[in-house]
Amino acid sequence: MHGATGYLRADGRKGIRNRLLVAYLVECAHHVARMIAAPFAERGVELVGFSGCYPNAYAQDVMDAVGTHPNVGAVLLVSLGCEEFDRSRLHRTIAASGRPVATLVIQKEGGTAPTVAAGRAWVEKTLPELERVPRVPVSLADLVIGTKCGGSDGTSVLSANPAIGRASDLLVDAGATVIFEELGELFGCEEHMASRAARPELARELRAVMAKAHRYHATMEHGSFGGGNITGGLTTVEEKSVGAYAKSGTRPIQGLLRPAVRPPAPGLYLMDMIPDGPVLWGYPNINDTTEVVELIACGAHLVLFSTGRGSVVGSAVSPVVKICANPETYRRMAGDMDVDAGRILEGRGTLDEVAAEIVAVIERVAAGEPTRSEALGHQEFVLGYKHFAPLGPACFPRPAAGGR
Amino acid sequence: MSAPALLRLALEDDVAVALRPLAPGDLLGPDFAGLVLRESIPLGHKVALRPIAAGAPVRKCGVPIGRATRPIAPGEHVHVHNLASAVLVNALDHAEE
Repeated sequence: MHGATGYLRADGRKGIRNRLLVAYLVECAHHVARMIAAPFAERGVELVGFSGCYPNAYAQDVMDAVGTHPNVGAVLLVSLGCEEFDRSRLHRTIAASGRPVATLVIQKEGGTAPTVAAGRAWVEKTLPELERVPRVPVSLADLVIGTKCGGSDGTSVLSANPAIGRASDLLVDAGATVIFEELGELFGCEEHMASRAARPELARELRAVMAKAHRYHATMEHGSFGGGNITGGLTTVEEKSVGAYAKSGTRPIQGLLRPAVRPPAPGLYLMDMIPDGPVLWGYPNINDTTEVVELIACGAHLVLFSTGRGSVVGSAVSPVVKICANPETYRRMAGDMDVDAGRILEGRGTLDEVAAEIVAVIERVAAGEPTRSEALGHQEFVLGYKHFAPLGPACFPRPAAGGR
Repeated sequence: MSAPALLRLALEDDVAVALRPLAPGDLLGPDFAGLVLRESIPLGHKVALRPIAAGAPVRKCGVPIGRATRPIAPGEHVHVHNLASAVLVNALDHAEE
């Protein structure tokens, strides 16, 4: 990439942004954290957090991963004081990464106003420190890129998703790391995915994780294929799934991740976001942002987001690049869209041209150009409860090379 | 370029998708020279690009989307009357595990 510079972190990863996060550790601290962050919205300060009071290993892992994400330069933790989230562990994890970190406990600070004042003073003092982070050249091979769709329609499969798939191939070939997910939308593609596994033992893991997704969705009575799809021209469940699966391109699948597990080497990965064990805590992904946050917790510097009907979401921590599948939606909502993939359907471009444009947009965003959602101030963040069992060695390339 | 009538998502695909309602005799453009529609194809539905044998996998976007349940000729509408899922039974098996 021409002249792009990133932020070098102590663990060797390079960030493409240098955010200061204000993180609430229970919903009871949310308002205070928002008040601390609000005056600094134009200066790279973002609000993230976990609403739950009871502890959860998944949420703790995601907060650890977000607090030490390469796009993050410093973190202020805001605790009410009596919640069960392990704020000391999160503080230690961030401090050990070499980042400035502080914890404010509202009950110790003396309530809302003193905590807001102390928090704003810390942010004001810390922002100049962020400018001292070493700058280094950054290339596609340094980047982890997540792919996701939301607000899909019949055009998603025809333009944006296959264009993202071709872009994914270009990125993998350039040495980047790409993550796809949405297991609940991949039913019927199991055997094709297994045929792309880099190792036989990984193929078994991919089949097992898809069987888990079937069980989970069957229990939730969710994810069916039916009449409306058939009227629209989709004949089989696998044809419907191909629409989402197209985003993964054609390269070999190197490994299986779960949220907050980082890919150990470059290449293409599947992220399993379906909880393990019995169905607890409801739907695995309550909205698109849940999965965007999970991709970011896996280290994604940037997320490619395909939409047909017109989603406007962005994200805290990592830029979201919105790729619009439907040309009519693009004309109506151009101010929210980064790429007009629907032009393929009007003969104004080919899949390969749109794929090349997606890679060019990634290069510009990595070099600092804001995405549409960043420029509009979007910084969605959602984190709920889940349970995951540890991943076995079959899920990862061997040996675990590289530092990310 | 004018708006295309059909979109083939991958070179190896057996089907293309109608980008507008199509009828026999419609011009399909230079990418589909030689293909003659045998019946009307609704928007978003599939048309066969080459002969497909009964039982053969049908590819869209480079991925099998099921198997032909009877021989399909080029230009035919491909849908529930001549294409069936190859995995639905397996999926139900998994769901009951």
